[in-house]
Amino acid sequence: MSLALVFAVGGLVGIGTYLITARSLSRILLGFSLLGHAAVLALLASGGPAGDAPLADQTTPQAEANPLPQALSLTAIVISFGLTLFLLALARRQHVLTGDDLVEDDLEDRRIAGEAAEEHR
Amino acid sequence: MTTVVALLIVGPLVAAMVSLWFRDHGFLRDVVTVGSLSVLTGLAALLLASVEQNGPVVLRVGGWDPELGVVLVADLFAALILLVALITILMVEIYAIGQRRTKWGADPRVAGPILLVLTAGVSLAILTGDLFTLFVAFELILVSSYVLLTHQGRHEQIRSGMTYVVMNLLASTLFLLGVAYVYAATGTVNMALLAERIPELGSGVQLGIGVWFLVVFGTKAAVFPLFSWLPDSYPTAPTTITAVFAGLLTKIGVYALIRFQTLTGMEDLGPLILLVAGMTMLVGVAGALAQDDVKRILSFHIVSQIGYMLMGLGLFSVAGIAGAILFLIHQIPIKTVLFLVGGLIEEESGTSALDRVGGLAARKPIIALLFALPALSLAGLPPFSGFVAKLALVDAGVAGGATAIVVVALVGSALTLLSMAKIWLGVFWGTPVAATAGGSDEPPTAPDGHGLRLMFGATGIVVGVTLAIAVLAGPLWDMSERAAEDLVDPTNYVGEVLG
Repeated sequence: MSLALVFAVGGLVGIGTYLITARSLSRILLGFSLLGHAAVLALLASGGPAGDAPLADQTTPQAEANPLPQALSLTAIVISFGLTLFLLALARRQHVLTGDDLVEDDLEDRRIAGEAAEEHR
Repeated sequence: MTTVVALLIVGPLVAAMVSLWFRDHGFLRDVVTVGSLSVLTGLAALLLASVEQNGPVVLRVGGWDPELGVVLVADLFAALILLVALITILMVEIYAIGQRRTKWGADPRVAGPILLVLTAGVSLAILTGDLFTLFVAFELILVSSYVLLTHQGRHEQIRSGMTYVVMNLLASTLFLLGVAYVYAATGTVNMALLAERIPELGSGVQLGIGVWFLVVFGTKAAVFPLFSWLPDSYPTAPTTITAVFAGLLTKIGVYALIRFQTLTGMEDLGPLILLVAGMTMLVGVAGALAQDDVKRILSFHIVSQIGYMLMGLGLFSVAGIAGAILFLIHQIPIKTVLFLVGGLIEEESGTSALDRVGGLAARKPIIALLFALPALSLAGLPPFSGFVAKLALVDAGVAGGATAIVVVALVGSALTLLSMAKIWLGVFWGTPVAATAGGSDEPPTAPDGHGLRLMFGATGIVVGVTLAIAVLAGPLWDMSERAAEDLVDPTNYVGEVLG
């Protein structure tokens, strides 16, 4: 596994994790895109050293790159693309409803926690 | 039989497309959804009968070698869970058709087709023989659950939907990273090959992989301390949707956990899993006691009950895992039916908040009965299915020398009964409260008699299924035990897949 890829995965996971701790859904969305890229890179790197494009008749099995992780990555990319769109739609709906795209607290949970604190006093 | 395995996954997807095509033709759409789900249930029963007689069915999709291609494997464990899951989905769909005219009903134009996509995901997750396809199946389930949860676009649903989506996306990303690690370590994602290769790895790598997937599947299954998204998001969805989620989603997480940890021989994780199991039982039931809304109480119980299945897994003995399988079979219909009854309560009294409902036992004794039977079963009282399943687990725990977890499990059961009594007191006894006392709630738009009959009928049938599980406990236990033997010693599974 190339060291550059390892650092790229680490960096992407770091920035992505920072972004998904934000309150605003658009930042979370960017965070997930980065995390998704990191996962796909890790998947590619897990296939061993790079090689020629794995096309039949154009290269030898020894010289070509491992095609399986590439197939898996492609599937993962399509899925994360769809989910990014869904998150965007969710952010848009929240914007229509409340005027921002912040992730809110669970009110019922807060109420029950408040009751418990009240009893304690 | 391999055709049946393929149909169980392709069938619901095709049916989803057809019913989406007919989404504005109410009757045709219902015929397609209910019809296809009935056929699928029949196929699952056929598959179970065949697997029970002749052993696992293996389908190599496209004829590829297991090292490269997708393999679908139906062993006894898979066939059992699949049948129970499909029966439950079918009944929920019938209930949903009855409920659609009320404000609590899901939008049938979305719910019907998407429920079929979810069914395909559930079938794929149960039948798949490789880790990456399991990831795809989880995504299929989750994407449909995102849509089902938020399709009405109400503020409350969007709010909780955000937490739900973000938590599950995070777990999915971790899943994908985990697949990459496993592939880097072993050069395969096929579970049968993993069963051979993971035990050959260094113990540190093994432990890393085991804990990683415990976190991934644990988030899906809502175990302590990864459950916080569940009680927040589930109650906001329409009743039928919550019922499906409660009965299936977390259980599929448990299923995957049992499958992966036993195949790869993660016995070393046993104590950790038992600790997590105990905490899940106690924290879940404690959360339930603090709530005062029927749906929220039931949502915390989902968490608490997951602990019992983990307990069986954590013991890593045939008896323990057989207990976990039996518990899984019992939980899928029980959790679903409790939410369906919660929907009936909402339908009847306009709210599911405990302090605003009351005296329902006098007004609607049938709802009280439909609630009492599964509630007692959930708490594990004899002679219901919960008792049989919990007895098996406690037995296995004592035999395995894990006294601490047995004590925790029994305390958890007692507290479960307590919180069920809380619902009973709040909803079915006490003085009836006028529906208007709630203030802002609109008066319910009651479904017509035909719709109500469907709702009661579907609920009644699921209650019947849970009673049947108690009656058939003997044969089911035999099957669970045989399934568990194959899980604990995967040579048979590996031989069938690779052979």
